[in-house]
Amino acid sequence: MELTLEGISKKVGAQPWLYDMSLAPKRDAVTVLLGATQAGKTSLMRIMAGLDTPTQGSVRVDGKDVTGIGVRERNVAMVYQQFINYPSLRVADNIASPLKLRGEKHIAERVQSLAARLHIEMLLDRYPAELSGGQQQRVALARALAKGAPLMLLDEPLVNLDYKLREELREELTQLFAAGDSTVIYATTEPGEALLLGGYTAVMDAGELLQYGPTAEVFHAPQSLRVARAFSDPPMNLIAAEAVTLGVQLNAGPALSIPLPAVVSKSLTTALTVGVRASALRLQARDGDVALPGMVDLAEISGSDTFVHLSTAVGEVVAQLTGVHYFKLGASLTLHLSPVQVYVFDATGALLVAPQRTGGH
Amino acid sequence: MSTTKPVNQKAWWLVLPVVICVAFSAVLPLMTVVNYSLQDIISPERRVFVGTEWFVAAMRDEELHGALWRQLTFSLAVLAVEIPLGIMLALSMPAKGWKASAVLVVVSLSLLIPWNVVGTIWQIYGRADIGLLGAMLQKMGFDYSYTGNATHAWITVLTMDVWHWTPLVALLCYAGLRSIPDAYYQAASIDGASRFAVFRYIQLPKMRGVLMIAVLLRFMDSFMIYTEPFVLTGGGPGNATTFLSEYLTQKAVGQFDVGPAAAFSLIYFLIILLLCFILYNWMQRVGTASKEGAGHE
Amino acid sequence: MARIDLDLAHSYQPDPRQDADYALLPLKMSFADGGAYALLGPSGCGKTTMLNIMSGLLAPSRGTVRFDGKDVAQLSPQQRNIAQVFQFPVIYDTMTVADNLAFPLRNRKMPEDQIRKRVGEIAEMLELSGQLGRRAADLTADAKQKISLGRGLVRPDVSAVLFDEPLTVIDPHLKWQLRRKLKQIHHELKLTLIYVTHDQVEALTFAEQVIVMTRGKAVQVGSADALFERPQHTFVGHFIGSPGMNFLPARARGRALDVAGRTLALPPGLALPEGELKLGIRPEYVALTAAEDPAALPVTVAQALDIGTHVLVTGQCGELKIKARLNPELEAPRCGDTAWLRVIGPHTCFYQNEELIP
Repeated sequence: MELTLEGISKKVGAQPWLYDMSLAPKRDAVTVLLGATQAGKTSLMRIMAGLDTPTQGSVRVDGKDVTGIGVRERNVAMVYQQFINYPSLRVADNIASPLKLRGEKHIAERVQSLAARLHIEMLLDRYPAELSGGQQQRVALARALAKGAPLMLLDEPLVNLDYKLREELREELTQLFAAGDSTVIYATTEPGEALLLGGYTAVMDAGELLQYGPTAEVFHAPQSLRVARAFSDPPMNLIAAEAVTLGVQLNAGPALSIPLPAVVSKSLTTALTVGVRASALRLQARDGDVALPGMVDLAEISGSDTFVHLSTAVGEVVAQLTGVHYFKLGASLTLHLSPVQVYVFDATGALLVAPQRTGGH
Repeated sequence: MSTTKPVNQKAWWLVLPVVICVAFSAVLPLMTVVNYSLQDIISPERRVFVGTEWFVAAMRDEELHGALWRQLTFSLAVLAVEIPLGIMLALSMPAKGWKASAVLVVVSLSLLIPWNVVGTIWQIYGRADIGLLGAMLQKMGFDYSYTGNATHAWITVLTMDVWHWTPLVALLCYAGLRSIPDAYYQAASIDGASRFAVFRYIQLPKMRGVLMIAVLLRFMDSFMIYTEPFVLTGGGPGNATTFLSEYLTQKAVGQFDVGPAAAFSLIYFLIILLLCFILYNWMQRVGTASKEGAGHE
Repeated sequence: MARIDLDLAHSYQPDPRQDADYALLPLKMSFADGGAYALLGPSGCGKTTMLNIMSGLLAPSRGTVRFDGKDVAQLSPQQRNIAQVFQFPVIYDTMTVADNLAFPLRNRKMPEDQIRKRVGEIAEMLELSGQLGRRAADLTADAKQKISLGRGLVRPDVSAVLFDEPLTVIDPHLKWQLRRKLKQIHHELKLTLIYVTHDQVEALTFAEQVIVMTRGKAVQVGSADALFERPQHTFVGHFIGSPGMNFLPARARGRALDVAGRTLALPPGLALPEGELKLGIRPEYVALTAAEDPAALPVTVAQALDIGTHVLVTGQCGELKIKARLNPELEAPRCGDTAWLRVIGPHTCFYQNEELIP
């Protein structure tokens, strides 16, 4: 279905929770709402669901204005952070509940097939309290899917699960969404999760909608510093810099030769911010690289990657290195970065230069 | 572009039954009492408006002063005994298993007994000739008589209230204790805390909320005590156990002084309201003192 | 400080009959004095049970817990002189930060001037000095957790400090700072630290030795790179790394290996036992290669996801799924393409009955 939000804003008392925003999530695809806690993701979802009415603006479903129409009269499925199931019903009855409500036939078969899709077919006779967290959330997801609603809202559904479980369930969800024909809205605080879900991403921050577009596009070309900050994990390294003839001069650091757009030389302020993704910092130097010497604060190891926190002349930076690397606290280390892989933002935080991309799509 | 649709106001109708009930059960009777308190009702046909005369008279009534002091002493004594006793009881109750359920049932038994029955039970229990307590005390050479001795009567009423209501305090504290996560006890045992330190620094602070409720409930309830002493001692001997409500009833029903009784009951009502307000605010202050006192060093 | 040796089993049931009845299967394990260890595993793997047995909150159903050779299995936490930090901050609400930190010392009747000195040191280390006079109840969750940490570290003679997922309540962007703090503390105080977590980053970052547990069993004890490069057990390969290791059923025949209907060549010098086994390779080490490479499998690309730092390719080879994490600077295959993925190389591991073939 086609969901359109036009000029939505929400105030609670005198406190603005959502600032004027318009959003048309791509129909029958996944749209990730990405933002830190308190960014307004849940408030926006509640408006989409019809649990709340916006202070201003309208919500349209397939072109029809549904602002102010309650959640009961809309066909929406919702999954929350907490594992919400009917405690007194067995798993099978939990999943069947939306089907029964609609007076549907062949309920048993439907429940079976949904349970099979979420790998909980062996748990159908149990009560929710007898299940693990991951299983409980699977039941909640199955119930939401059983509703067959054209709009599915998921509010950080995996946040309360163990790390590996999250990975598994996320992958299953991507497959379910790809197969289904619902518009899915998925709120998360984790940039990595947004990237793994693919689809489209709307970046939110402090009640504002900052950017919307295909996920990879938003990631690689954030329109502003705020988007870049919200959509990077570990956070993008931001270094104060100044525009000079050959490119940019990092404050207290080396100069990078980057062709800047013509508008910069005309503007009065030359203060810029250079953004370097953690993954753009390397141990080995390549041709044209700039060296960034520093002292190791900590090396965080995830297995697949090592995140090195480094104190340098330009401030503290984080580098993401593939594989396991050990560094002593306080050891000296030189990282290298390529001028073609940095972002440049102007004094207002707008994107001036994005890295040239060779691979990917 | 459309703006917000009006919020659904239908819900207000749902409040109506409550408003009607409260009007009939609370507001109308209260207004009737206010009406009585301003008149001298000589007979149903003859009434004279007297203004605040009854109020002035009530405030100067020596007997009322006496009843008020007796009442305050009694309520404070109730708190002083029931709260610590309730905490001790809660602390000694088993935490889980069938024993916990069994003890809970036994402890709450006295709460299920109607007030007048409680009075009657103690009336018999304390009798010197056939009562278990009375006869035993007599046997032990203690000249116990709740009908003859003012102190004995007062203590008996207090004991009866403690017997009746301490379980309530204990149950509230028990609920408070059960809500403390195990990690606190584990941390304390790792920190090498003594049993007393566990009580002082973990259990007591975590029970603060329920204790506040317990103090308020017991204070208000004991301040309005009527049935038990009425059944047991009828306010005597003399007026040793004539508490406020007992005195009020004597005035209103015993002497049909409807006007003064109405004025008196309004004053009584205001006293309770005021005391609860003070008590509640004081306890809130104690509760939040940590928050206020913490900001500055 | 102490060396800890475990030789025990634990079941919450009175009469355990089968493996599933045990929370901890019979195990032997040693923790060196002054080492930093992590117990890593999914919920229900027995890691917290093991921690509680070490701290003395739980007595093992059989076996011994030795501190410097002395069996302490029946002793209380206080007698073992152990400190433990819990998942959720445990603070004494009515006390100030300073009193909270001093509490374990006062209970042990340390002289007041020494207490003041020690509390000062610990507060300095945890950056709590500015808040010593404040009520602990009013602080943020991470400050409260620092107090809990501080109470664990304040005793100078403590045998070991045990942590039970202590960073659960900490805001993600503050986590790395506390991780760093813990590492520094280990460096400075040289205490035996044992850390329970289900988060691989936490375990691998913090510990010199990580004990990976599943279903009441420790499947591997090793350093981060050992766990990543040479997982001793398929569970370790699956659990460490994101995404985890690819496992492909294979059959060894002399110098050849049958995988998914293709015969691959084994590198010279590698001898495998004949028969059924599993080939394990990390997505990081799967590489695109030329068609008909004898170390590669042909796959149909089911998904090619740009995850920013890499391209995550899921290839379907018959019934098998192979994940590859590819360099974004190279041209990635598109969905529906046929690609050749190299699965045999120096980083490939082989498993028989879920255990690594050495």
